[in-house]
Amino acid sequence: MFAQAVEAAGHTGEAVVFWSTAPIAVLSALGLVVARKAVHGAMFVAVTMICLAILYFSLEAPFLGVVQIVVYTGAIMMLFLFVIMLIGVDVSDSRVETIRGQRVAAVLAGIGFGLLLVAVAANALVSEAAGMAAAQPEGNVAAIADRIFSRHVWVFEVTSALLITAALGAMVLTYRERLFRRPSQRELAVARFRRGGTAASPLPSPGVYARHNAVDTPALLPDGTPSELSISPVLVARGTVRPAEQEAAQIEQLEQQVVELTGEPLDESTRERP
Amino acid sequence: MSPTPYLVLASILFTIGGTGVLLRRNALVAFMSVELMLNACNLAFVAFARMHGDIDGQVAAFFVMVVAAAEVVVGLAIIVTIFRTRRSASVDDASLLKL
Repeated sequence: MFAQAVEAAGHTGEAVVFWSTAPIAVLSALGLVVARKAVHGAMFVAVTMICLAILYFSLEAPFLGVVQIVVYTGAIMMLFLFVIMLIGVDVSDSRVETIRGQRVAAVLAGIGFGLLLVAVAANALVSEAAGMAAAQPEGNVAAIADRIFSRHVWVFEVTSALLITAALGAMVLTYRERLFRRPSQRELAVARFRRGGTAASPLPSPGVYARHNAVDTPALLPDGTPSELSISPVLVARGTVRPAEQEAAQIEQLEQQVVELTGEPLDESTRERP
Repeated sequence: MSPTPYLVLASILFTIGGTGVLLRRNALVAFMSVELMLNACNLAFVAFARMHGDIDGQVAAFFVMVVAAAEVVVGLAIIVTIFRTRRSASVDDASLLKL
């Protein structure tokens, strides 16, 4: 009687975990497909993987749950984020269809395939879960280790060869042989002055104002227009640059405040208005 | 709890991953969709392991994770190399081998 009650409580607990985790997993997986920026996609995938880790825990696979978090969200997604940083966050997806109607066809094929797969999974002859209690009497990790180092030991050995090959392959693929001598600092400086223009002087620093000082605000030129050179192109690509016009519009107000605070009129010779 | 809900969830995630591979041009996003498909398979493996009361499904999911890690390393190295030579991470631009 008591055992049955405990079992029933376990069932409802598992159902609660499943139905609260599964929608988040599906929604963030959809987020990966629709997100315009690769960084957002990577974050959505991380959320999906954490949801799957929670499901592994409730499926009596705590080792896989931990490995899922450590390997997938910890290592693999960080690798993805590093490569996104290398390639540049300003690279956005092209919206041009190279094959006409490919997008519609892909969505239709996806829906059809999904319906087929879900129908098969829902109608499959599955028995009620037998539970892992009999399979892992000494705990999950011990059971997995026992199976890996006995029946699957050959697969395990081959896996080590695979990992070494992958590491070597990554090193070979990303190695770049230098075809020319690296230009020295002096040569770079000479080339910069030869180019002429404004490149001889350092670039203007970003906006430094009386009350606001940040790298995402462009500096104001003497005529009040923002200077494009003073902000990083990466910030422009991300679209996180603050408009300098706002700050420019506040100049009169700031001068008023300075006058009120100091009690002295501004030195008219230092200000020059267009 | 019967494994059917888990299998349906795995099917949905697998389908979303496959659709992502078909829809997106950014090589990184397509690659992450492949990862999503592998994860969906892992979920099915673990659910089946519990249904049969056998640890083999979990061992299979473990090996899938190992292979996925190796695959990610090589795949990202290829993407970085293509980006270096062609200045693009779009799968459409790497078409030199096309007839």
